[in-house]
Amino acid sequence: MAYQDTNISTNNFEQCKKCTICTVYCPVTVVNPTYPGPKLAGPDGERYRLKNARFFNEALKYCLNCKRCEVACPSNVKIGDIIQSARLKYSKTPVKLRDIMLASTDVMGTVATRMAPVVNGSLRLPAVKKLLDLTLAIDSHRTFPAYASKTFVRWFEKEAASGQAGFSEYVTYYHGCYVNYNYPELGRAFVKVMNACGIGVRLLDKERCCGVAKIVNRMTTPARRDAEINLRSIRAAVAAGTQVVGTSSTCILTMRDEYPNLLGLDNSDVAESINLATRYLFQLVDAGKVKLAFRPDFKMRIAYHVPCHMEKLGWSIYSTSLLQMIPGVELVSLPSQCCGLAGTYGFKRENYKASQEIGRPLFEAIVSSGADIVATDCETCKWQIEQGSGVSVKNPVSILADALDVEKTMSLNNI
Amino acid sequence: MVGGRKHYDVIVIGGGASGAGTARDCAMRGLRTLLIERLDFTAGATGRNHGLLHSGARYAVTDRESASECISENMILRHIARHCVEDTGGLFVTLPDDDLAYQGTFVDACLKAGIEAEVIDPRDAMRFEPSVNPCITGAVRVPDGAVDPFRLTTANIIDARRHGADIITYSEVIGFVSEGTRIVGVKVRDSNTGIVSEFYSSVTINAAGIWGHNIAKMAGVTVNMFPAKGALLIFGHRVNNMVINRCRKPANADILVPGDTICLIGTTSDRVGFDQIDNMTVTAAEVDVLMNEGVKLAPSLATTRVLRAYAGVRPLVAADNDPSGRSISRGIVCLDHKERDGLDGLITITGGKLMTYRLMGEWATDMACRKLGVEAKCMTAVIPLPGSENEESKKRKSKSHIIELSTEQKAAVGRHGTIGRQILDNVRDDDAVVCECEQVSVGEVKYAISELHVRNLVNLRRRTRMGMGTCQGGLCACRAAGIMADANNCAEAALNDLQSFINERWKGMNPVGWGDTLDEAQFMSWLIRGVGGLPGSEIKK
Repeated sequence: MAYQDTNISTNNFEQCKKCTICTVYCPVTVVNPTYPGPKLAGPDGERYRLKNARFFNEALKYCLNCKRCEVACPSNVKIGDIIQSARLKYSKTPVKLRDIMLASTDVMGTVATRMAPVVNGSLRLPAVKKLLDLTLAIDSHRTFPAYASKTFVRWFEKEAASGQAGFSEYVTYYHGCYVNYNYPELGRAFVKVMNACGIGVRLLDKERCCGVAKIVNRMTTPARRDAEINLRSIRAAVAAGTQVVGTSSTCILTMRDEYPNLLGLDNSDVAESINLATRYLFQLVDAGKVKLAFRPDFKMRIAYHVPCHMEKLGWSIYSTSLLQMIPGVELVSLPSQCCGLAGTYGFKRENYKASQEIGRPLFEAIVSSGADIVATDCETCKWQIEQGSGVSVKNPVSILADALDVEKTMSLNNI
Repeated sequence: MVGGRKHYDVIVIGGGASGAGTARDCAMRGLRTLLIERLDFTAGATGRNHGLLHSGARYAVTDRESASECISENMILRHIARHCVEDTGGLFVTLPDDDLAYQGTFVDACLKAGIEAEVIDPRDAMRFEPSVNPCITGAVRVPDGAVDPFRLTTANIIDARRHGADIITYSEVIGFVSEGTRIVGVKVRDSNTGIVSEFYSSVTINAAGIWGHNIAKMAGVTVNMFPAKGALLIFGHRVNNMVINRCRKPANADILVPGDTICLIGTTSDRVGFDQIDNMTVTAAEVDVLMNEGVKLAPSLATTRVLRAYAGVRPLVAADNDPSGRSISRGIVCLDHKERDGLDGLITITGGKLMTYRLMGEWATDMACRKLGVEAKCMTAVIPLPGSENEESKKRKSKSHIIELSTEQKAAVGRHGTIGRQILDNVRDDDAVVCECEQVSVGEVKYAISELHVRNLVNLRRRTRMGMGTCQGGLCACRAAGIMADANNCAEAALNDLQSFINERWKGMNPVGWGDTLDEAQFMSWLIRGVGGLPGSEIKK
């Protein structure tokens, strides 16, 4: 029977053995009974959708694309991708104006940073929040992250670019929308750490939003357009001999995995050169190419939260290992679980309650950990955890920058 | 329980499609009718075939009469059994190995039999049905479709009951009651209790398929039947959405049918002995033939999970003047044993195929009416079956569903048609899913148990598709057994039933036990035996 050897299904969903462990790990299933859960929405539902598109269930929109189901799956079924692909392929409901606004992080950022004080002030007014809730169904409990008055790119061009000459080693920084429009401090911290290690920083020729928010809000055409621009720039950076490194785990996951799996764009030539900042730095330290020195007076109890997409990448070990290199750091680990925000998901009024319920056990664990600060590689986890637990949250790169003894590090690396 | 003293006009033996169709026809014409089934509805050949709504094209060249019957019944079923039928359309494709000249003969024969057959460009065929072998040199489009034999039979049973028929299952006919040269009743043994009772009627109709051979023998007459085994493979999901046939003289494994969530390749055809008809197993050689031929129609079958293998028995009937069985017809055989053998009160309806079940019922009922002196017109071709009633009420109902139905609710409507809509409220109350692969809810299971003659899990599977999906009962059988235990107030019986159900599922997986199917079976074994502690359900290597 020759078929015993060759008849192995190439249809990924058929490799599901119905063990249901994905549903056990799904953060939504426990709080929202109308969501069918990853097994039913994914491989089981796919068989029905192949039979007839009318079996598509709009409740699939409750999937927050955390991909924890895929991490849990022992048979390597791309459950999250099956669900998101089904939404892209079969959903008939038009994309809401609100979703377009929430997902267009780059356009909104460009406008908002120009008048940051006005925007920030008004977005905090209860009346404006109420209005957004009533008109757009953006939950009034949410506070938008403040916009910076000067984008990271403007700061870099004016104040940092000239200092990047003369390094023997370079890295290309993918800053992402959040660093550019809301939190340039993180980008500045990245440049500080890299330069201290003897590595010059470049930016991509043309950087667009990674597109994750557009993908999950079913705006595939603009998402694909942005992705193609990014991939072109990434290819140029890789051809110039640099890795492309980002400080947001979600942007990195999107460019490495979602581009081929959900947008159908082949990035196999550059995927391995798209890296996360902490992993990039750890690999350099581990290979003995870079040495780090920290301030002896830096003392901090840090709880590390594993963002979902970091769990999917399997890379949180790099961030925690780097943090543990700081002598004054006492690292507390938290149970790996979703914070509940999932980017634009938790901003939507219909998801707010579930979003808070999903995050609650995490907030409680953070508060009882007694940590001074939470470290995490994802900006949207930061917003959610700060709102839910009241503890402030920083990217590991920011913490490294704070703890770094710049002069000593520079001399260790012969700068 | 049906009273043993009641006198019926007609007793129908056999709960397959033709038995159910005959009982429906009799009951609709006002005859007092009893249907007796040895096991469960659709337990024989009805539940073990392709589920192909033949256009008749397959028979056009070799058997014009069958082809004409098929196309006319095809059109009738689209009207009366909408919820059992899917209009997929069909292709007859010519492969490089086949003679393209046959296409001309084929199309001519189709048109003469009244079957629309349109020669299309092979590239268009690939556009309509992307899974078809890209090497095809010719393609003809015909009005093939898919028909669910379980649903079809159940709908006939429901309608027979609505018209006053009595139905008993798990009761085997073990003999006849006769007065001189006249059959006046049947002796029936209840397979649960072993109690034998007698039922009386003016006319008895033998509609027991291949088992009708022995029924006739019991009455002292000979109907020369030959069991022909046909094996099929079920794949894990729909590879094709149109029926794909091979455009050549009918041969092994040349039809790929999309049926509900799966697709099937079949069949083989081999004579077997009567000693085997109750225990069909699929051999490795048959699996090889089905796979080898199947991938020629749709190459992606080679990398699609095979769910299970099964085989059915066609009741082939030899012409009366040819006891050797060399001249076999696939046409309908309706025998009046008074005319033929001098035995009054008995009719045998056999031969034919799933497609012609209704026509078989019509012929048998016509004959019974003549015997009874009843003048009533056959209406089975005109009046829709329960679940397929007129569309206006459906439209009105669907508007009221502002809340989107869940997948299992949509699946229930798909399975039970307009009746599915009536049980929606039931489903809403019992919204929990029993069978995840096939989206069967607690509500649907409860409906089937109370309304559709469900005694065990196999019956339940035939009424709802519970356990037919990729896990083959691994997850749902335990849940369903729990509901059965509640309904019958007996846990022990449910436990025994669960065990035999799991073993029956494994029987079908065994011949295709490799790759994902083997992994799944192993996992199921751990779950049922290791976690559930059910004995005797281990996989035998």
